[in-house]
Amino acid sequence: MDKTQSLYEALSKVEGFIYPNEISLNWDMLIVMYPYITGLVAGAFILASLNRVFNIKALRPTYEISLLAALSFMLVATMPLIIHLGQPFRFYEMLVTPHFTSAMALFGFVYLWYLMVVLLLEIWFDYRYDMVIWSQQKKGLMKYVYKALTLWISDTSPESRKTDEKIGYFITVVGIPSAFLLHGYVGFIFGAIKANPWWSTVMMPVIFLFSAMVSGIALIMFIYMLVSYLRKQKIDMNALDTIGKYLFYILILDFTLESLDQIHRIYVADESFDILKILVHGKLFVTFFIIQIGIGTLIPLATLAYLQFKKPSDRVRKIIYATISIFVLVGIFYMRYNVVIGGQLFSKSFYGFTSYKANVLYDTDALLSLVLFIVPFFILAFLLWLLPPWKKIEH
Amino acid sequence: MALENKNLSRQEFLKKLGLFAGGVVFVSTINPLKMVFATEKPKNGKWYGIAIDIEKCIGCGSCARSCKIENDVSQEPFYFRNWVEQYTITNEHEIKVSSPNGGIDGFEQPVPDEDIYKTFFVPKMCNHCSDSPCTQVCPVGASFDSPEGIVLVDQTYCIGCGYCVQACPYGCRYIDPLKGVADKCTLCSHRLEKGLDPACMMICPTHARIYGDLNNKNSEVSLFLKEHNCAVLKPHLNTHSKLFYNDLNQEVH
Repeated sequence: MDKTQSLYEALSKVEGFIYPNEISLNWDMLIVMYPYITGLVAGAFILASLNRVFNIKALRPTYEISLLAALSFMLVATMPLIIHLGQPFRFYEMLVTPHFTSAMALFGFVYLWYLMVVLLLEIWFDYRYDMVIWSQQKKGLMKYVYKALTLWISDTSPESRKTDEKIGYFITVVGIPSAFLLHGYVGFIFGAIKANPWWSTVMMPVIFLFSAMVSGIALIMFIYMLVSYLRKQKIDMNALDTIGKYLFYILILDFTLESLDQIHRIYVADESFDILKILVHGKLFVTFFIIQIGIGTLIPLATLAYLQFKKPSDRVRKIIYATISIFVLVGIFYMRYNVVIGGQLFSKSFYGFTSYKANVLYDTDALLSLVLFIVPFFILAFLLWLLPPWKKIEH
Repeated sequence: MALENKNLSRQEFLKKLGLFAGGVVFVSTINPLKMVFATEKPKNGKWYGIAIDIEKCIGCGSCARSCKIENDVSQEPFYFRNWVEQYTITNEHEIKVSSPNGGIDGFEQPVPDEDIYKTFFVPKMCNHCSDSPCTQVCPVGASFDSPEGIVLVDQTYCIGCGYCVQACPYGCRYIDPLKGVADKCTLCSHRLEKGLDPACMMICPTHARIYGDLNNKNSEVSLFLKEHNCAVLKPHLNTHSKLFYNDLNQEVH
């Protein structure tokens, strides 16, 4: 559908009064994907660091998968932002001439720091020794690919492996605050907009951070099961239960924080309260109450709580974990949707609403968002082929 | 043994981290980070402000119409640098607001006369805030305050991220559908440079809108503000708006 045509349709659906420039939603599905994807990255990384820094041994089987999944999503994280720009080819201006009073200006740097200094380095040090071995074992082109990946460093002495281990540990330590920074920062981009009462809360970075952890952990739970299934390998139930345990804890924290935010909003009931109440009970009813809170939070919470006390058979638990991870992933996606889209549905005049309907068939942005969510899985498949964690030599 | 080693390296790490943080704090006290484009209100020179007399506005929409023509704004009813809103408060204290096509085609009053408690028009445009949230959030500095206090966009530089559109509490910005960059009222700065009045000011048949130098206490706008009890929109947001309304009802957002 033509953009102008869709705006005329939106115009006919305006409820109450909105400022005339507010008919078109400035930030659409692509900007929903942006915090969703960065959240998955931050969450997956934090799960990896639970194993590495906090020494939770049960999570060992998911360590490399977490890192590679984080990298796969990280590689596309900026795509929705750049595609969404009115002038995509000017995106580099943000890196060359950042305007330091802008909460958005530093994203490029935070992103690059996280990608280059944290993720790539950690993966490199983790795989360096194995890549040297693989470059010696493989023949033909792959030999040289691995050689290039080792940056032509072929030291396999025990000292070098110790150094790898030390530096890798150090990077993970730096990586935890970096992952917090990455996603807390994304939350701040929204939280810092005082014009928008749905966004403008000091809780926003914290809520984004915890929901990021929830979604990242659910993602790894899902990917670990999927990868094991495709490889026809037995799933380490201890690892899965441990992931489930952490998902449960962090989901409690996340839900508590979000509830606190909403309770505060309801109790304080400032001038924006009336319009926001109509918003969540009307246009956001399904996505907020049913999907985000019901399917994405309460059902997983209740099920995970049950699993803390009762242990059904492995088969049943696998089905439960697979279902729950998908529920949580959908729930967090709609949490981002409710923030980004919900925040633009009501007018800043507080007198009315505009409308939004994503349709992957007509709307290229919605279609691209879907593509951007699928692409990382292919990147991950490639990375798992290139750097198979199951062929690593145990250190 | 392994445990000991680990503790040592952690200690070492914390020490280094402390040193680094200390270094950063030390350097930043010597040479604090300077903000880009932090325009201060000049003591001398012009500092533009606008005043709108709500009592005088008849809702003819000439301001909105002339603005679109003068500034080549899209004629579609979704993009406005300047528009007029009609507020109607009924006897039941129901607030009805409308701005069909920004008021360009005129207004209809759907509420029967006997049910109207009061009704009035509110012309809207960029507030040219002294502490404008839109320039604050621009990630590349393409939105900026001119030395005369006019909020402008360098459209050859804007990346079209739309953050400023989100940040403006008054709905005064939009992304130009053809150029892919932010667009807004410039107070017709191209006309001001030539000594001409902005299009909306010039066309207003009842002289409901005036503008001028707030630094000059004898300018028309300064005298108007002195003689009338004026207010700004959404004062709690602390944007230091320079668009003042005389006779502003608290229902107006």
